[in-house]
Amino acid sequence: MISEQQLKQLIEAAVFTAEQPVTVDQLLSGVLANFSLNRPRVRQALEALQNDYRDRGIELVEVASGYRFQTRAELAPALVHMWPERAPRYSAALLETLALIAWRQPVTRGEIEAVRGVSVSTQIMKTLQERGWVKIVGHKEVPGRPALYATTKAFLDYFSLTSISDLPALAQERPELIDLDEAAAPQSGQAELLTDTRERDAEEETKA
Amino acid sequence: MIDTQHSLPLGFVRGEPIFDQPEDLYIPPEALELMLDLFSGPMDLLLYLIRRQKMDILDLPILKITEQYMVYVDMMRELKLELAADYLLMAAMLAEIKSRMLLPQKHDDEDDEGDPRAELVRRLQEYEIVRAGAQQLDEQPQQERDYFVAQAYTDARDLAGQTPAEVSLEELGLALAKVMQLVQVQAHHQIKREHLSTRERMSIILSRLDDQGSLEFQQLFSPEEGRSGVVVSFLALLELNKEGLIVLTQAENFSQLYVRKATRVDASPWQQDESRDF
Repeated sequence: MISEQQLKQLIEAAVFTAEQPVTVDQLLSGVLANFSLNRPRVRQALEALQNDYRDRGIELVEVASGYRFQTRAELAPALVHMWPERAPRYSAALLETLALIAWRQPVTRGEIEAVRGVSVSTQIMKTLQERGWVKIVGHKEVPGRPALYATTKAFLDYFSLTSISDLPALAQERPELIDLDEAAAPQSGQAELLTDTRERDAEEETKA
Repeated sequence: MIDTQHSLPLGFVRGEPIFDQPEDLYIPPEALELMLDLFSGPMDLLLYLIRRQKMDILDLPILKITEQYMVYVDMMRELKLELAADYLLMAAMLAEIKSRMLLPQKHDDEDDEGDPRAELVRRLQEYEIVRAGAQQLDEQPQQERDYFVAQAYTDARDLAGQTPAEVSLEELGLALAKVMQLVQVQAHHQIKREHLSTRERMSIILSRLDDQGSLEFQQLFSPEEGRSGVVVSFLALLELNKEGLIVLTQAENFSQLYVRKATRVDASPWQQDESRDF
């Protein structure tokens, strides 16, 4: 048997000393292997621990790969002074590429380019892969067998996400091709626009 | 719409607060160069132009947008040529859609291509989602920027990589007892008493370790030799261990003992220094 107190202490020590986030299953098969515990009991202890840390400089959070301790977000502006290096700032192009891969994965380079309307920067893809946020998960069975890119758990961990759908924008489905005539477009305005153009074109022709 | 009465002014002109952004604000070319960095691509620019017209993507005014787009692209070509390629592709597409819109629409269902703007509208919608997603991503707490992973240092990993803990005398005794049991099983063999040299046995063990690297404790004994043979082997092992020529290891308590030749690293630092000096 293990007391509530001991259970919390063991979990706390295990999560703190682990080099990666720790899942409930990892706790059960590792540090808690000798105590016959079930998942709900461990989850309960984790929640109790999270409560214990509520007012501390460090908090226990759950990310995609499991539980980890991290510093409170409010402290970051002061904490950054501890290290000379500044946190990297990511460009709009990089974040868009990353968001697009996260949304439509597994996705080819060509598909990324089609949506963004820009050729995908090799440098951005290299950075994303070096950071371990994006990896090649296979090849599309079309001519040229382009690589299929997907996001990783490391990506979710870095951005404090447990799943892509935590981002409301990316939880949406791909928009359907819609019939614009039925999409309540004012027909009159449309016609006006067209006549306008025809007149202009005619004018230009006479000029030429 | 935003209640302009209570919102903050955009700025002040001659002391007068300005609440509304002037319509169709003229952007000087120098400023455009700065603005170019704000657009992450042609889709971004296109979306900006549509938004500025307060237009719905769904009733995309293709003519107006194409014209405005071309104005920007022309300016860009003067300023930043290498950027133009992606933007020109979009310009070509807009022009194509525009010309297809101008063609008289055939009303037979066989050749129904649909509205030429449909695909572009979808791309714009997709791009809007991606842009919103990128923004939400940027607002998420980011490692190194908004939080740091907290970890307690433990030397457990370092210890695990090291040579397993030293084998205690008790463990050695237990291992010997096992070998002795085997001898007893085969006790009916009559063994001729002969003189057994511990030093010779030491050499035999060393040469075997030389050939085979690491051996299980029991492999170093021949039960056929009887108790005295086993004892000599055991003494030889103890002697070798004392002289630092072999290393006894064990993964955990009561598990198999292993014997291997000592390497330079295992030797005492004193010996190492000596070898370096000469």
